[in-house]
Amino acid sequence: MKKIYTRPASMKDAHFHYCPGCGHGIINRLITEVIDEMGLRGKAICVAPAGCGMLVYNYFDIDTLESAHGRGAAVATGIKRVRPDNLVFSYQGDGDLAAIGTAEGFHAANRGELITVIFVNNGVYGMTGGQMAPTTLRQQVTTTTPSGRNPVSAGHPVRVCEVFSVLDGTSYLERVAVNSPSGIRKTKKAIAKAFEHQLNRTGFSLVEILSPCPTSWKMSPIEAFRWIDDVMVKQFPLGVIKEIKC
Amino acid sequence: MKRLMSGNAALGEAAILSGCTCYFGYPITPQNELTEYMAKRMPEAGGVFIQSESEIAAINMVLGASVAGARAMTSSSSPGISLKQEGISYLAADELPAVIVNMVRGGPGMGNISPAQSDYLQATRGGGHGDYRTIVLAPSSVQELADIVPVAFDLADAYRNPVIILGDGMLGQMMEPVDFSNIKKIKDYPKDYILTGADNRPSRMVRSLLFDTKEEEEHNWKLYRKFQRIENSEVRFETFLIDDAEIVVVAYGIAARIAKGAIKRLRQDNIRAGLLRPITLWPFPSKKIKEIAKYITDFFVFEMSTGQMIDDVRLALEGKGHISFYGRPGGVIPTPIELARIVSRHYFQTQKVRKQ
Repeated sequence: MKKIYTRPASMKDAHFHYCPGCGHGIINRLITEVIDEMGLRGKAICVAPAGCGMLVYNYFDIDTLESAHGRGAAVATGIKRVRPDNLVFSYQGDGDLAAIGTAEGFHAANRGELITVIFVNNGVYGMTGGQMAPTTLRQQVTTTTPSGRNPVSAGHPVRVCEVFSVLDGTSYLERVAVNSPSGIRKTKKAIAKAFEHQLNRTGFSLVEILSPCPTSWKMSPIEAFRWIDDVMVKQFPLGVIKEIKC
Repeated sequence: MKRLMSGNAALGEAAILSGCTCYFGYPITPQNELTEYMAKRMPEAGGVFIQSESEIAAINMVLGASVAGARAMTSSSSPGISLKQEGISYLAADELPAVIVNMVRGGPGMGNISPAQSDYLQATRGGGHGDYRTIVLAPSSVQELADIVPVAFDLADAYRNPVIILGDGMLGQMMEPVDFSNIKKIKDYPKDYILTGADNRPSRMVRSLLFDTKEEEEHNWKLYRKFQRIENSEVRFETFLIDDAEIVVVAYGIAARIAKGAIKRLRQDNIRAGLLRPITLWPFPSKKIKEIAKYITDFFVFEMSTGQMIDDVRLALEGKGHISFYGRPGGVIPTPIELARIVSRHYFQTQKVRKQ
């Protein structure tokens, strides 16, 4: 019998710890598929974050370092400058990249570091129990915005791709979502494109992935998938935000 | 051949000669000469120089370079070193080598840029969160600063632990003749833990979060055993005129140099004073102090702080001997004459007490 679907070689034979309906599992799989298809397993080095994405090293069968919260882009910079021929990417959440690690991400992007950031935006701090993230939508209820995020006191949701797009060091920024088969295919293409930009030394690349967190959003997985289309993309429009020819 | 260089520049040159290929820094006085020296010399030497966006970013770049297999260094001064503590804790937890230079400032908060020794406790107690220690080296001249850099890199690699070089504005900014010929061939340390890409080998992971409490406990004990090995074999100190001494001054770094001048003056007045200069502040030369205490009971701790090393001397003495202290915090530079006067007064007072 012909095998038409199997575990990517860059993925360990392990059970995901992610909640039902979570987007991380899909994203983890897409990254390893791309690494396999581009023949990069022996070259890839991943920098894992603090948060739900931290445990990617239990699933990625590639060299991985667990970084301090928010410092992924700085650590990846150190690795890449020593090993310019490797594929170096950080896997970061919204709290990690857009709150505590804003400076590290912003300046790595501005220096045009030849690294890729896989930025998982689910609008909450998932691992710590669903607190407000910098990307939490206005009026969205979280454990630290019990009456909904009030921009007057809690600020507005941060559009990371748009902010980074004005920095001359960035070469490829795309926002995608993993809530539909077509979105998943686009996400895979975007990851491959970002890696190409890195390998061609064009500049800093980042893929922002809108990802469902049904547990913290207090929704069923199906409701969460729909909520991305109905609500989240209005604040975070999908598509290529910036691309320089590579 | 000797070259006239500032301590900061000498440190940079010594680092490059010791095989340091990555330097990451952020401006802060009194260590800017080192960052500037590296900005010029690192590219010439084929290495990596980045002026980072913060001290936090710099220490994390060091961590990245270290996990990729390079000899990496960063430098800063007191407030900046506080920011680096997060990364230093991760380096210790991940068992990654790194050299961190602290040209100490004069006090808490912003402090001033004058020479001081106010970061002793932070440096010798780990500094960041968690159960760990860093090896702390405290040279007292520009030549010793240059000589200790290869030692710092070797210790970092040998024990896979961050090493701190503790100086101050005087050591960093004064110029002295320095000879680099002491720096021998770079030792090769096998690094089977570094991340290079899992090419024809199983993948590696470097991490410090262990959800299994038994694993985390064992990791902590493993680090502890390493720190015990360091305590047993890496203590460094210098003694000066202690064989016939009646009073021992304990001082480190630039304060020890001032103390040497004071001791020479005291000797001219027939006061038999000697010096114990810890070179490693951690591990501390406790055994040596205990040994000295068998025949000398009068200890005089001198620091350019309100007294931080005095605790370690007290612990080493375990209640034996008498300890006196003289400190000048805040970036004030005491003179050998001043210290000689203080020690001399103390000497005659205690002699009077002894005679009674």
